Amino acid sequence: MSKVKEYDIVIIGGGPAGLAAAAEAKRSGTDSVLILERDQELGGILNQCIHNGFGLHTFKEELTGPEYAARFIAQAEELGIACKLNTMVMDIGSDRVITAMNRQEGMFQIQAKAVILAMGCRERSRGALNIPGYRPAGIYSAGTAQRLVNREGLLPGREVVILGSGDIGLIMARRMTLEGAKVKVVAELMPYSGGLKRNIVQCLDDYGIPLKLSHTVVEIRGKERLNGVTIAQVDSKGKPIPGTEEDYCCDTLLLSVGLIPENELSRGAGVAISPVTSGPVVNESLETNIEGVFACGNVLHVHDLVDFVSEEAKAAGRNAVAYVQGRKKNVSGREISICPADGVRYTVPSTIRREMMDDKLTVRFRVGNVYRNCFISMYFDGERVMHRKRPVVAPGEMEEIKLEKEKLLSYPDLTTITVKIEEE
Amino acid sequence: MYDVIIIGAGVSGAASAREISRYRVHACVLEKEEDVCCGTSKANSAIVHAGYDAENGSLMARLNVEGNKMMAGLAKDLDFEFIQNGSLVVCTEKEYLPGLEDLLQRGRKNGVEGLRIVGREELVSMEPNISDNAVAALYAPTGGIVCPFHLNIALAENACANGVEFRFNTEVEGIAPIDGGFRLQTNQGVFEARCVVNAAGVYADKIHNMVSEKKMTIIPRRGDYFLLDKMAGSHVKRTIFALPNKFGKGVLVSPTVHGNLIVGPTAIDIEDKEGVNTTREGLDEAAKKCAVTVKNVPLRQVITSFAGLRAHQEGHEFIIEELKDVPGFVDCAGIESPGLTSSPAIGCMVADLVRGILNLEEKTDFIATRKGILNPETLSIDERNALINEQPAYGNIICRCEMVTEGEILDAIHRPLGAKSLDGIKRRTRAGMGRCQAGFCSPKTMEILSRELSLDMQKITKSGGNSALVVGTNKDRM
Repeated sequence: MSKVKEYDIVIIGGGPAGLAAAAEAKRSGTDSVLILERDQELGGILNQCIHNGFGLHTFKEELTGPEYAARFIAQAEELGIACKLNTMVMDIGSDRVITAMNRQEGMFQIQAKAVILAMGCRERSRGALNIPGYRPAGIYSAGTAQRLVNREGLLPGREVVILGSGDIGLIMARRMTLEGAKVKVVAELMPYSGGLKRNIVQCLDDYGIPLKLSHTVVEIRGKERLNGVTIAQVDSKGKPIPGTEEDYCCDTLLLSVGLIPENELSRGAGVAISPVTSGPVVNESLETNIEGVFACGNVLHVHDLVDFVSEEAKAAGRNAVAYVQGRKKNVSGREISICPADGVRYTVPSTIRREMMDDKLTVRFRVGNVYRNCFISMYFDGERVMHRKRPVVAPGEMEEIKLEKEKLLSYPDLTTITVKIEEE
Repeated sequence: MYDVIIIGAGVSGAASAREISRYRVHACVLEKEEDVCCGTSKANSAIVHAGYDAENGSLMARLNVEGNKMMAGLAKDLDFEFIQNGSLVVCTEKEYLPGLEDLLQRGRKNGVEGLRIVGREELVSMEPNISDNAVAALYAPTGGIVCPFHLNIALAENACANGVEFRFNTEVEGIAPIDGGFRLQTNQGVFEARCVVNAAGVYADKIHNMVSEKKMTIIPRRGDYFLLDKMAGSHVKRTIFALPNKFGKGVLVSPTVHGNLIVGPTAIDIEDKEGVNTTREGLDEAAKKCAVTVKNVPLRQVITSFAGLRAHQEGHEFIIEELKDVPGFVDCAGIESPGLTSSPAIGCMVADLVRGILNLEEKTDFIATRKGILNPETLSIDERNALINEQPAYGNIICRCEMVTEGEILDAIHRPLGAKSLDGIKRRTRAGMGRCQAGFCSPKTMEILSRELSLDMQKITKSGGNSALVVGTNKDRM
């Protein structure tokens, strides 16, 4: 194997998270930044997201996915950030030695002073759902279909049923309709949609596509190519209710049934993974349990909006540089843990070292159910320090609260911050 | 006119073809699907049974034990994955202990080596995840696991290398005896042969009944399976069977040669010979039954489920014989479990029958070995870099879950009897068989197939026939 090259910061993944982390790392004072990207171009999944609605927070305008990516790619180019495309990372050692491979260089190793994990996520497949039936052609995850349609100009099918109302599924309902397919129904197992409200309106309602909540696919038919599915209503435990079955003729079933952070490399490096998010457990610096290994974007936890990915990734880039420059080491301060409770499923980060935090720290979280007229509350040990009224919170929309360093420092004995949903 | 036509390119047909190709013979395999290994051979437990199950004195018992003994050598010669991980038949109720003893005795009589009964303590030390109810088990160190696709493909490729022709998408519709042989009517025209081997799996009855007055019935017996992520692959080390009890046969829990965990199968007799659909009841049953022998099976890590059909014959016995009323016609029927295990021995037995019928002579130039698709992960880093330097496609990962390179996919397409579909690639290289179930790699693999086979993307199929993956282009009908 060729000689081991060294970089201050190596970023695994050149999608929105990796690009934002790289730019911020460079701006924070190191020239030694490398992005490793497995695809032939930077931008990640944004390149196939040709719909608009990206960048409202970051750029105060509506961009398409490729446009949003292009801005960050241009930044990276301006900043002269090194990157290797068509390069697959095979392994990350706990000593931050990265083994990668591409066609030109074969297998090679890189020593990083800090690693930023930005590999994104993958779609949950049919197998994980155990939908019974045949296994014909015509069953796609929504993102795979999106790639075929938006990048290759290929139509996966003409009569479509979509299972799952995640954002990609909703976006694809509209896209398939625009490209000439008939989308017959979107079935959602839960009594609420996992997608953004605006997508339900703009992608389903505007095109007259029915959304059936509390419904799932109970049978898949077709030996060679799909020719139909059966949809049934489910009870409160998600079990199909006999007698509610409805048959749909279709040649395509798209699945938009959840995203899973891709942490196979992280696990290999010894990174502790949260069973709730399937992403790394991180502290205020977005640093994992492995020193010098940071995470951001969808590999950390699945986001709804790329704007928040970019924001989170900037923090990871900044913190990684601070670590490399020795500003994150040898902390003596006690860790404060953030506990999700009563309807809050998780928080990112999950621990805070006060001395290491920025003046303002964003804590992101998701709720486990739809709550109306509720309060998002935060407790510093036993004391309620925040009680924010919300007309509605839902699992499909990520929430955030801001913590101020100054305030935390004024509670010197603080051990636990609890975030919970309280009803009236 | 061919000397011999073999109907079916499953593991029995391929093994027969390979063994027949030892002789000077003009042979052809007719397969109704687009590839080898498309029926029972592709969807089973992938187990190399030790041989204690089959009845003493049965053909099944003999071929099982013989096949088991041949497997390691064959795996080496033909370069496919086989691991002798041992198996355990677990008894969870004291009252059934005599049944375990019976199995031990039966196995010994069948000639299975190394069988012994292990008590709970040893069992727990062997398999920490064994059920808390397990009282004892029959341990069979000769039990193993195999890649069923690669076994089948290796046999076929080796037969092909030794001159056997293969015709795919060729379905036999009728057989008539003619002077000195048979005329086979197919959807691809007429074929003639002096001798016919019926290795048609669940359709063996249909083929048999085309020529024989003594009718046969093969019942498709469906079994549902789960395949779990590699993270669950070490949940057990050995293949764990349940000792049958008053509730019937249990399901097995086993690692696979590729490091996944397999759970199944159920058993239900059906009528449709293409009925490979899983059912809610079947999957629920498999999920429930695996807990009888193994605790905490991480069913949340299921990456896919599938169903396979066993070619069950009433007498539950292999039927490998020249028909008395139709000389020159050899049945290789009723090949259900332990058919995969027995396949090397089945091939020998069929070849022996055909040799006798046709009075064949052995070749001097038989090629006994075959190299499988190179798995770069088996190379040292220097070797791997030399390979990438020479063939850069080996530096390009296509399937990121299973880390399959473009080089392997190209090999799968261009070798003899190469892959023509997404499933063909999957069975040969594992591309698409991982945790994302082809979400990321299928468009890339489709592109490679399209490029290499000079086929339009709309002609690329999942598994041949009408299984096109895309049906048109954007707005083509607007």
